[in-house]
Amino acid sequence: MSADTGWVENPPRRTKRFFDVHELVNYRELIGFLAMRDLTVRYKQAAYGLIWAIAQPMATAMVITVLFGRFAGFPSDGIPYFAYAFLGFTVWTYFTSSLSAVTQSLVSNAGLVTKIYFPRLVAPLAAVLPGLVDMAVAFGAVAVVMVVLGITPGPALFTLPLWIAALCLAVLGLGLIFATLSVLYRDALYPYGLLVQLLFVGSPLLYPSSLIKGGWSYPYHLNPMVAVLDGFHWSVLGGRPPGLPAIVSLLSGLLFLAAGLRYFTATERRFADVI
Amino acid sequence: MTGNAIELSRVSKRYLLGDDYGVGGSLREAISSALQRSGRAAKGRGREEIWSLRDVDLTVAAGESLGVVGRNGAGKSTLLKVLTRITEPTSGVARTQGRVGALLEVGTGFHPELTGRENVFLNGAILGMGRQQIRRQYDAIVDFSGIEQFLDTPVKRYSSGMYLRLAFAVAAHLQADIMLVDEILAVGDAEFQRKCLGKMAEVERSGRTVLFVSHNLDALLRLCPRSIWLEHGKLVAEGPTQDILDAYLASGFRRNAITRYDEPADPVALRAVTVLDTSEQPSSLLRRDEPLGIEVEFEVGRSVPGLDLSVIVSNLRGLRVLDEAWSDNAPTDRGRPGRYRARLSVPAILASGEYSVGIWIGSAYESLLWQDDALQFRLEGSMRGRPDRVLTLQLGWQVDIQEEPIVPGR
Repeated sequence: MSADTGWVENPPRRTKRFFDVHELVNYRELIGFLAMRDLTVRYKQAAYGLIWAIAQPMATAMVITVLFGRFAGFPSDGIPYFAYAFLGFTVWTYFTSSLSAVTQSLVSNAGLVTKIYFPRLVAPLAAVLPGLVDMAVAFGAVAVVMVVLGITPGPALFTLPLWIAALCLAVLGLGLIFATLSVLYRDALYPYGLLVQLLFVGSPLLYPSSLIKGGWSYPYHLNPMVAVLDGFHWSVLGGRPPGLPAIVSLLSGLLFLAAGLRYFTATERRFADVI
Repeated sequence: MTGNAIELSRVSKRYLLGDDYGVGGSLREAISSALQRSGRAAKGRGREEIWSLRDVDLTVAAGESLGVVGRNGAGKSTLLKVLTRITEPTSGVARTQGRVGALLEVGTGFHPELTGRENVFLNGAILGMGRQQIRRQYDAIVDFSGIEQFLDTPVKRYSSGMYLRLAFAVAAHLQADIMLVDEILAVGDAEFQRKCLGKMAEVERSGRTVLFVSHNLDALLRLCPRSIWLEHGKLVAEGPTQDILDAYLASGFRRNAITRYDEPADPVALRAVTVLDTSEQPSSLLRRDEPLGIEVEFEVGRSVPGLDLSVIVSNLRGLRVLDEAWSDNAPTDRGRPGRYRARLSVPAILASGEYSVGIWIGSAYESLLWQDDALQFRLEGSMRGRPDRVLTLQLGWQVDIQEEPIVPGR
């Protein structure tokens, strides 16, 4: 970190500011260290961590395939239902575990927040990262499944980084709101649980988003995870590309992010007093 | 760097008790009060507020070492938190020039599952050291900690001493222009404390600005030429450390010459503990070369066979200098109900310094009451150049010359 020159001020609350990108860049190493800490702790028993990263989405996908793919006969846009469900739950596992990590990132680092100064955004940013390793591991298993089922990805695969970025931003946006709420209010986890449940039902995990037709399509796409999941399915497994409503979904994700950042940065300087 | 490193202008920090955001707050209450609230005027009414800092003006020159003294809750930690920007002031502005390194607690961010080595890097990053900087200092850190053989062990298996050594070793190698240090020397054994003090002196000599909060007054005296004294969030005095410490100590001791209690006597309770000087006046600042009295008033609610009372006097380092029991020197029928006044006379044998008085009441079978640190007193006076003594007994000597000098050549 470079030596600061000039005065650094600590003024009272009325001073409005968004976040300081320059300062965050100075603290990038801390983001890395906190992410590494969580990852190292998780992978201390290496085999266990790897197996869990794969088993969680796979077991869910198996049950879902039997229940909804076979008996209920849900469509899956022409993709083998198991591949569709497995990829979806791989992404969903990242979403829920990282959303929970971001939500808890301040409360679980309360000792740091009250004893050390750092831009508070460092904690939620670091919480987004470790899950990506789990997801990468599970993607290996997805690749194996694809080989077994004879699915080859098309050129859409090159759009994958975009969907990964959209996923991380969706997690961050919602996470920042709940991270702030959980610092300020002890009962913030009730609405959190409700929201995750609604998002689960309202995401193309058990069924493809093409099932939602006509006027319902746009409100359905207010869920930022719809475009993300459609994007993953399209880029990895092929099939139907995300349509125009996906833009609504992506914009909704950005809106959550802006709201989350606003709420977080407007409150962050009080965190040490109330956490 | 020249000029000032720290400037505070009229900095105040208020905490509201029972804030509607915060640990006590719930989303449900916040929403319902937002729905009911007609105006914002209702907010904050009826809540108790505490000013941890009140209009504090302070400048610290670059390269200066400033000591901060004050009782618990005087605002010392809040001052450091405002300077580090951990928390914002309620009003006023705090400014710092140069990189701020804060040691508010050693071992912040240590993770029990990680090894010593991993924690050195993690903790260094948390304290604001870059990866390169930690790597450069790594050997010095390990060397200072003195636990190199355990670096690949998860710190959850460390003894608390090892843990603190490693944590302090990292902290001690933090290089910042302004070092804010809170009570960090209150850790470890005596030898390690000495090492830490040495490190602090080194930091001070290296020309960095240091703000040092401590109850270890000797350390303050050694490290900081100038000090400030905070009381209830206000800056009461600033000046040469010796003067500040004298004023600070004198203020505290006058106030605490008597401690009173009013708990129900079930079966026993303290009523008052007093330190008396030779003129039988309550005083907590006494002369070392005069005897003193410690008076304990207590009440026995119902009969306690074999009742015993013990007065324990400990010095600043926590060493029990005296532990005098009533049963050492008293009739056997102790323990009838009633209100008692016991007086222990202590001859002028204690070294000068600060002492804490603890009271124990119990019987041969059970411990009924233990009042730690019931009050403190200070003995002032010369130690005749031998400051490390615990007792000044002036025991009798018997010295004879065994042989006459042999005068040669007769």
